[in-house]
Amino acid sequence: MDYAGSDTTTGPEADHQGPRSWQTDRSRAPAVTKIVIAGGFGVGKTTFVGSVSEITPLRTEAVMTEAGEAVDDFEAVPDKDTTTVAMDFGRITLESDLVLYLFGTPGQKRFWFMWDDLVRGAIGAVVLVDTRRLEDCFPALDYFESGGLPYIVAVNHFEGTARYEPEVVREALSLPAQVPVLVMDARKRITVVDTLLTLVGRALEITPGRL
Amino acid sequence: MTAAPVISAVGPVARAAAPGRRTARVRPYSLTGGRTRFGHVLLVETFVAASADPDEEPAPAPGGLAARVMPEVRAIVGLCRRLRSVAEVSALLKMPLGVVRVLLGDLADQGRIRVYGTGDATGRPDRALLERVQSGLRRL
Repeated sequence: MDYAGSDTTTGPEADHQGPRSWQTDRSRAPAVTKIVIAGGFGVGKTTFVGSVSEITPLRTEAVMTEAGEAVDDFEAVPDKDTTTVAMDFGRITLESDLVLYLFGTPGQKRFWFMWDDLVRGAIGAVVLVDTRRLEDCFPALDYFESGGLPYIVAVNHFEGTARYEPEVVREALSLPAQVPVLVMDARKRITVVDTLLTLVGRALEITPGRL
Repeated sequence: MTAAPVISAVGPVARAAAPGRRTARVRPYSLTGGRTRFGHVLLVETFVAASADPDEEPAPAPGGLAARVMPEVRAIVGLCRRLRSVAEVSALLKMPLGVVRVLLGDLADQGRIRVYGTGDATGRPDRALLERVQSGLRRL
């Protein structure tokens, strides 16, 4: 399972604190922004989202009308000439008038059609990496390298696997020096928050200041 | 309303709906850049809510898109008693994102759904917003 972090089974929109004040006031909406969590199948995207989300991660689906390739995992369910792409997402109310969404999205190249839409307006992307299947993150890296969106690489360290230093991973992935690489644990909230902070820091680095 | 957004078994891509299966489909060109005909921007994180109390909703104009997909429309408007993101509407109603965006766009164009946010959702967040997010994350 991609997602194994939930012990909450209290309905489709279980919020650990009940409805937020901003949800019930239709006269105004909070500022909202998003971060994309990209990576291969089973790398821990939904676990990552679930570790920090105030709601049990929700799943939304987009329909791709022409499947060009064989389908290799259950995130994409083939249906003749359509493929359904599932995205799990979570939400964090950072202030009463500021909400951050986290969207986990499968990394395969055939889903790029969706990403152009998904990344519009995003702070940036966390490319989640499993060192046992490094190649799974290549398409996501290719996409973000060419797209100009701020991104960082987060190695989701699985217990019982070899732990690599960030610089080793950087070299293996031929990452530019300015792209942050960190080793984290998608199950641990504090390391997930650190990862998000690293991305926001990176985005600030390359966002022009007021002139 | 015009017939531009085509959902479900309508148009050249029509297929018979098997029981219990979601077959709603949307022509990819019915929305461009997340923008509806009247310029509402509907990104996955965009907030929407019902404009009026859903119980006071008028009946939809016969023949329009909304009339053909009444149950879905009613479900969306009902869910939007609270502020919801586009993605939340899709997930909670188990409707594909593309379908939800077309229906929300239509409802927004009719004034039944309010779409929040500036029209400038295509750019990246500015420094002020990034700094607020940074502070917020540090407080977690």
